[in-house]
Amino acid sequence: MSNEAVLHASVGAHHEAHGDEHHEHHHDTFITKYVFSQDHKMIAKQFLITGMVWAVLGGLMSVLFRLQLGYPESTFPWLQDILGKWAEGGKITPAAYYALVTTHGTVLVFFVLTAGLSGTFANFLIPLQIGARDMASPFMNMLSYWFFFAASIVMLSSLFVETGPFSGGWTAYPPLSALGDASPGSKSGMDLWIISMALFVVSSLLGGLNYIATILNMRTKGMSMTRLPLTIWALFFTAVLGVLSFPVLLSGFILLIFDRNFGTSFYLSDIFINGVGALPNEGGSAILFQHLFWFLGHPEVYIILLPAMGMVSEIMSVNSRKPIFGYMAMVGSLFAIAILAFLVWAHHMFVTGLNPLLGSVFVLLTLLIAVPSAIKVFNWLTTLWRGNVRFTPGMLFAIGFVSLFISGGLTGIWLGNSALDIHLHDTYFVIAHFHIVMGVASMFGMFAGIYHWFPKMYGRFMNDTLAYIHFWVTMAGAYLIFWPMHYQGLAGMPRRYYDFSVWESFKQFGELNQFISLVAMIVFAVQLLFLFNFFYSIFKGRRVATLNPWGANTLEWTTPIRPGHGNWVGEIPEVHRWAYDYGKDGKEFISQDTPVGADESHH
Amino acid sequence: MTMFLITAVTVLIFLVIFQIAKATEYVGILKGEEKSRKESNKINGLLMVVFLVLGLIGVWYCNHLLFNKTLLAHDASSVEGALVDSMLWVTLAVTGIVFIGTQIVLFLFAYKYQEQDDRKVYFFAHSNKLEFIWTIIPAITLTVLVVIGLRNWYLFTGEPPKGAMVVEVTGKQFGWIFRYPGKDAAFGKKYYKNIDNASNSLGIIWEDELSHDDLVMEQTMYLVKGKPVKFIIGSRDVIHDVGLTHFRMKMDAVPGIPTTLWFTPKYTTNEMKEITGNPNFQYEISCDQMCGNGHYSMKGVIEVLDQEEYDAKMAGQKPYYYAAFPDKDPSNTKPVVADTAKVAATPAEVSTKVIAKN
Repeated sequence: MSNEAVLHASVGAHHEAHGDEHHEHHHDTFITKYVFSQDHKMIAKQFLITGMVWAVLGGLMSVLFRLQLGYPESTFPWLQDILGKWAEGGKITPAAYYALVTTHGTVLVFFVLTAGLSGTFANFLIPLQIGARDMASPFMNMLSYWFFFAASIVMLSSLFVETGPFSGGWTAYPPLSALGDASPGSKSGMDLWIISMALFVVSSLLGGLNYIATILNMRTKGMSMTRLPLTIWALFFTAVLGVLSFPVLLSGFILLIFDRNFGTSFYLSDIFINGVGALPNEGGSAILFQHLFWFLGHPEVYIILLPAMGMVSEIMSVNSRKPIFGYMAMVGSLFAIAILAFLVWAHHMFVTGLNPLLGSVFVLLTLLIAVPSAIKVFNWLTTLWRGNVRFTPGMLFAIGFVSLFISGGLTGIWLGNSALDIHLHDTYFVIAHFHIVMGVASMFGMFAGIYHWFPKMYGRFMNDTLAYIHFWVTMAGAYLIFWPMHYQGLAGMPRRYYDFSVWESFKQFGELNQFISLVAMIVFAVQLLFLFNFFYSIFKGRRVATLNPWGANTLEWTTPIRPGHGNWVGEIPEVHRWAYDYGKDGKEFISQDTPVGADESHH
Repeated sequence: MTMFLITAVTVLIFLVIFQIAKATEYVGILKGEEKSRKESNKINGLLMVVFLVLGLIGVWYCNHLLFNKTLLAHDASSVEGALVDSMLWVTLAVTGIVFIGTQIVLFLFAYKYQEQDDRKVYFFAHSNKLEFIWTIIPAITLTVLVVIGLRNWYLFTGEPPKGAMVVEVTGKQFGWIFRYPGKDAAFGKKYYKNIDNASNSLGIIWEDELSHDDLVMEQTMYLVKGKPVKFIIGSRDVIHDVGLTHFRMKMDAVPGIPTTLWFTPKYTTNEMKEITGNPNFQYEISCDQMCGNGHYSMKGVIEVLDQEEYDAKMAGQKPYYYAAFPDKDPSNTKPVVADTAKVAATPAEVSTKVIAKN
């Protein structure tokens, strides 16, 4: 008996009823439906799958450089087969190591956790949850994806350049990133890196403007701003952050292009390069780039984190069968985080020789972010309290997100305090901090979103058992990898070191590094299991039999099981209430399009 | 071959897991989806507690294994570093309590309020009182941390005590150059276009006579126990960072923009060998800012000595000026006329360069 037959013996009839809804109006060709689609749902899937490709590549890169860190003495002949001269004799060269680290960072931060996360869910959820047929400009939305695609291609091509891809760290600080003579990776690899990033900025602006316009203008009747699900609020603030900060990054890159190619001295001064001699550039400031970079770079952290927070709030409420606690406080804290995100960038620069007074203002503002963050955490905890928790895969990842956000957020209080940062800056403590709070936590938000909205995306469920294995191994693995790194940081171990063997102060962690590398490989393998589950379930998963499988209140669950372009077959539903009437007046859930009853209690 | 085996085994494990997962799904359908969903809900609920307990044990065990490998196992090596450490402990106490408390609450709530047929959820949408409490308490706690932090910050970034020695630290790909001002306690001016790896690694302007007694050393620097020292930090090429992990200090080396950093060494290198029980102990300067493919090997060494040892060490050092112009060295007894003429020409060249700059 086929998988399909076993799984759907009982629901076949129901499926017939909904089977051809997606053929409704215009007849799409393959190209307009799957490639140059203007349907926000398809664009979301394009973002998601491209993001997945990058996640695999970026993850694989981390496995490769973890091999070097974990087994610095060993050689792996197969590495030479894959990487050629970059792994002469089966050992990754320093140049390759730094290229891998840099590309891993760039790709994960921008392509996976920005495009893959907010690109996917902003596209998918905004029209569905606010009650719109599509984005304000579907065409611009399509362009947004294709600019991202172009950025991906350029970034990918930079991996195959003779002098290697850019290898100066994802933050690309000049002068290192400006001078090909200082590092081979800063030659044509860097040109491609900047072009790719410029295309990415365009993509993200096209997307962001569209998200903002859609949320502000295209809400269905009755959907006031204060009735929006928290996902939409989070995606709204994310888009605002992106639109206001990415242009600053681009301006920084443009100056860098000028310094690299046209002999200007925005970032360059007083430089003597071995083998080249003194450069003519004088009067520039290398620190200027860092200000421009981190003016995006810090909001970027929240661009990554806020969508995860929004989705976690929604998923947590749905699966606790209980309203999100403190809706207005959740919106307020998102707003506070969005504002503060712009006012803390220099905490990445405490040890650059920054004016101490300026530094102290940034300490104050940075630690202030802990307040809205604390509000969010306590509100999530209270949402669980006296709920009726269903551990769907989405919910598991949402709980995991909260755990990781607490763990990684608390170490932010260490690093945000400049007098402690002066000791811990650029050590493994920082690696542990941002991987937990931004990297893994946001990944968890993304997984939660994928598991939760997969039924809406593909009309099928993902396999639960595989999802449970995926969650528990990843959760344990994330802590096993990053928790001990705090200790390496407390030993002062600097990040971005290819080899620690000559260092009397840092070489005591050989075994630990091996352990971490091993866990990293297992966790990576489990992510492949997740991908398998994802793609297998698209075609063979258990079919969704009811319109609203999670019993959720938001509007996307009022659309057909497989909504076509335009989302609703008839009228767009009218909204009469907020999104969180769970467990109210003894009713398990009350969908947003249900009119308020005469005898309903007020909350 | 090993690679092939590992791949084969991994694929096999994947297949087994996949088959189990599929079978579980079938069984679930046969048993009734609702029933099997509730069963796995119970399992996951239990795993929440298991994870919490194992996690907390893991936190303890990790600390047990690794604590002695960190710097916290012994004193900070600078007077100011001790302030960093005490601040670190206060921060650890605050964040540690919150960490343990909130993680316990999170996983226990998840376990305790897992789905049960007879549970009626409590419709609890907001409470101004609760929200007020968890706005104010973090705000107050953070204020305390900020106050401690800023007090230290202004001390660290302020001026060093009077009588501090001054050393100039210059980073380059991939090593460190140190310059002492010599007897006159003042550095000669320098200009990067004068840099010449053979005789003038810092680009010192020789006609500035303050430079004539400056001492230049590479890789190893000498400091005095108990004597505050101020670094004037610069870079010759890209951004580096003077990482002084035992002294708990760090400052970027930026080309074109000098930065400073000061601290007071508390133990000599030999004393640290005893304290750490490591006969090979060194105070290492690690470059903490990505600076190119040799970043990981950009190491400098600081040797902290007693005053007498230091004086003896420095008495043997020759000013860098004499390395550049050996015939100016009074210990060179045979002045030759032709050489003097050549030397006279060199500073003239340098000054033309300087004028060109201005």
